[in-house]
Amino acid sequence: MKLKKVLIYAAIACCNGTGDVMLKRGMQDLGPIALSNWTHVFSAVMNPWVMLGILFLGGFFYAYLTALSWADLTFVLPATAFGYVVTALLSAYFLHETVSLWRWAGVLMITCGVGLVSGGPSLTEPRRSDSLTGAEDPA
Amino acid sequence: MNDLRLWLAIGAVVIASSVGDVLLSKAMKRIGDLDELRSKRGLLAVITRVATNKTFLVALACLIFSFFALLTALSWGDASLVAPASASLTFICSAILAKYFLHENVDRRRWIAAGLVCVGVALLAQ
Repeated sequence: MKLKKVLIYAAIACCNGTGDVMLKRGMQDLGPIALSNWTHVFSAVMNPWVMLGILFLGGFFYAYLTALSWADLTFVLPATAFGYVVTALLSAYFLHETVSLWRWAGVLMITCGVGLVSGGPSLTEPRRSDSLTGAEDPA
Repeated sequence: MNDLRLWLAIGAVVIASSVGDVLLSKAMKRIGDLDELRSKRGLLAVITRVATNKTFLVALACLIFSFFALLTALSWGDASLVAPASASLTFICSAILAKYFLHENVDRRRWIAAGLVCVGVALLAQ
């Protein structure tokens, strides 16, 4: 995998994890949302933490679109799962949530799944015959 | 009751974002390599090309809905549960949709990975 692609995947993971934690931090200020008053959720976008979270998620989205433009969805999604590890780490140290041993085990399993997928091909070979220029498959 | 409410919100996030992801992937494959387009035509061309794609806009609507569902879920539960649970269940749901709607080659390696992530999610809920 080229360095550029690795950097894109890293940006997806870091921005996604950080963005989620920023959103949670913002929602802590706002308090629980009652179903009877669900439109209250829209006022969340005025919170600075939520704004920061949205900024991070915007960066995530651009990196995600770039990755999807040259790789399968089933390749990009697990490769981005490292974001869960970032979320767990930040939740533990920044939001002071209790992350139990079981949850760490879950994070480990997700990471194993990611490692497994990233070892395989990133794109399903197109069956159409219009891909003559891309005929560089060594197999 | 509160658990049920939380999982229903997570379910809404999962379905909306899987459908969004699949549509997004379809749109991006049709648009082509973004890096290449940007180096040839500039960032503005990339934004115009992406923002005028109909599939992309429908995908975006799904993702915006899932975003507000996620905000709601985050206000009800721990981020270290809600964020990974919704994202990894989305991964399983997306893998199934990608196989049947995008005709991606989801081989044994990718299914095992999906299984690992699924068990990982179950552990996250402990």
